[in-house]
Amino acid sequence: MKFLFDSNTWQEIFGSISKNKTRTIITVIGVLWGIFIYVALSGAAKGLDNGFDKAFKTVAMNSMFVWAQNTSMPYDGFKTGRSMQLKLGDVETLENRIPEIQYIAPRITQGQFGSRPVYTVRGQKSGSYTLNGDYPIYTKISTKKIFDGGRFINQEDMDQARKVIVIGERIQQELYKKGEDPVGSYVRVGNVYFQVIGVHKLAQGVSFDSDSAMFIPFSTYRKLYNSGDNVGYLCIAAYDDADVVQVEKDIKAILKSTHRVNPKDERAFGSFNLGERFGEIMGFADGLTFMSLVVGIATILAGVIGIGNILLISVKERTKELGVRRALGATPSEVRNQIILESVFLTLIAGVVGIILGAGLLSGLNAFTKDADFPYANPTVPIPYVLGALTIMVILGTLIGLIPAQRAVSIKPIDALREE
Amino acid sequence: MIEIKDLHKSYKMGSNSLHVLKGINFSVKEGELVAIMGSSGSGKSTLLNILGMLDELDEGSYTLDGVPIKNLNETKAAQYRNKFLGFVFQSFNLINYKSAMENVALPLYYQKVGRKERQEKALKYLEQVGLKEWATHLPNELSGGQKQRVAIARAMAAEPKVLLADEPTGALDSKTSYEVMDLIQKINDQGNTILLVTHEPDIADMCKRIVHLKDGVIIEDKKVEQVRASQYV
Repeated sequence: MKFLFDSNTWQEIFGSISKNKTRTIITVIGVLWGIFIYVALSGAAKGLDNGFDKAFKTVAMNSMFVWAQNTSMPYDGFKTGRSMQLKLGDVETLENRIPEIQYIAPRITQGQFGSRPVYTVRGQKSGSYTLNGDYPIYTKISTKKIFDGGRFINQEDMDQARKVIVIGERIQQELYKKGEDPVGSYVRVGNVYFQVIGVHKLAQGVSFDSDSAMFIPFSTYRKLYNSGDNVGYLCIAAYDDADVVQVEKDIKAILKSTHRVNPKDERAFGSFNLGERFGEIMGFADGLTFMSLVVGIATILAGVIGIGNILLISVKERTKELGVRRALGATPSEVRNQIILESVFLTLIAGVVGIILGAGLLSGLNAFTKDADFPYANPTVPIPYVLGALTIMVILGTLIGLIPAQRAVSIKPIDALREE
Repeated sequence: MIEIKDLHKSYKMGSNSLHVLKGINFSVKEGELVAIMGSSGSGKSTLLNILGMLDELDEGSYTLDGVPIKNLNETKAAQYRNKFLGFVFQSFNLINYKSAMENVALPLYYQKVGRKERQEKALKYLEQVGLKEWATHLPNELSGGQKQRVAIARAMAAEPKVLLADEPTGALDSKTSYEVMDLIQKINDQGNTILLVTHEPDIADMCKRIVHLKDGVIIEDKKVEQVRASQYV
């Protein structure tokens, strides 16, 4: 292996490569293109992955909603079509019986799903908006970004059933003058005055609530509307490692048994499993990453085979040169090493240039999509992946170089020098 | 310097065997300038190839500078070629993407001589053949005679024991042929041993000894009065 560290060897290789420019460029393009595609694809896939992550970071990924509907089967003496109602007691039951549940936030709401929005007035301005009665724990499931100086509902608000309200960004724009601070001011919701304690920002990416929603403590809501223990729907977040589909099934089974519903009745309780959807989207991103890996590696492979191919042809073309070298005293191993090193050297150059071009494309793409409304952020290729690709290329380059090298050695100098 | 005893060589051509050399006995002393003559098919190139270790002998013995040349593997043969022999070919066989100087330096590269020293030596030998100012030119920028002089410089750069020239003037007109022969004579005057294959009588007359081959045997081996090429240049 001493020849590897001999500058003379590399000068000879470099001379042979740099003085046959056309051959070199044609040879290099295959691998260059391969690694370029690899870097660009896997970077883009990573960018999409990051984009999804960024879009979903405001909500708990493993979350679902459960609400009550009408039964579709008679059971236990009840006739079919019975209207179901979730109660606060269900929250406790579910929390106790399903350990996979991390947070559970009951909510009662008006202005969604066909009910009339609440007429809200401030001074001369007014509008109709969705009103939610919430528990403070709701922010664990869906992060609320509150503008400076404000806050979300807290436990004390709940305990004292305070008449405080968090309004949406759009409500602020519609009911307040520009530059006016809503925190501390009062709005009339229905017939009751509430003090504004915060303005929530419209979240970038995925959000459960629009910017025209208002939030008041659950306890205040039930007093105001006399809704008792009724719950509109449940927002549930399972632990990250839980199987959300199973948790959803368990929840429904327990609700059916406590509400005396036929276990086979699929209509009594509705649900939307966000975790399952997220899983599908993230699976799509993972699949994309995997596919870019496969396509990239395959392209690199094709490129390296291309190098081998062209070197094989060039060995034929260089038969005479190699014969002369042999006649002048090049040993078979020296000839072999030269061809292999040419292969490796070309592969390396192509690899490095391809990586640089690919990185250039990614940074261009990054700048281009920075402010675009598109789930795409920070496209990167991890250094180990790049080094891994380079290593694979060098190994493949060596292996593929063996074929033309062996061919070069098998030609006898006397045959190489013989006049055609 | 060269000792050949009872040398046989035959080539297999399908089922036929072609007996090319049929018992050659022949020796060359240091400082000789020998022309090997013969019509085509007489076996002169085969003899030179065996002498140059580019081909193997079937029977007999070959000793070069006291070293028996027998059953060499490719690596050993390459090392011996590098150490003992310099080659000059009819078609020059310069590497076309290397400059004149790099071509001359190539055998030194395989002797593991450092780059600087290689270049100095190459320049020195190029100067000897009168082509120092052409050092950076590529072979295709040189005339036929110049190419052959570069090839001779390359053969000499390794400081071989024996210079083997296979029809060195075969591709050249008479004037440049004489120039090349003049150069070969001068190199011989310095004490180098040279073997030269030719079929041109005037070129053979410029050597000190002529060996005639016919149908694989030596029919004549005579010392001649050397004609100096310089008078024609």
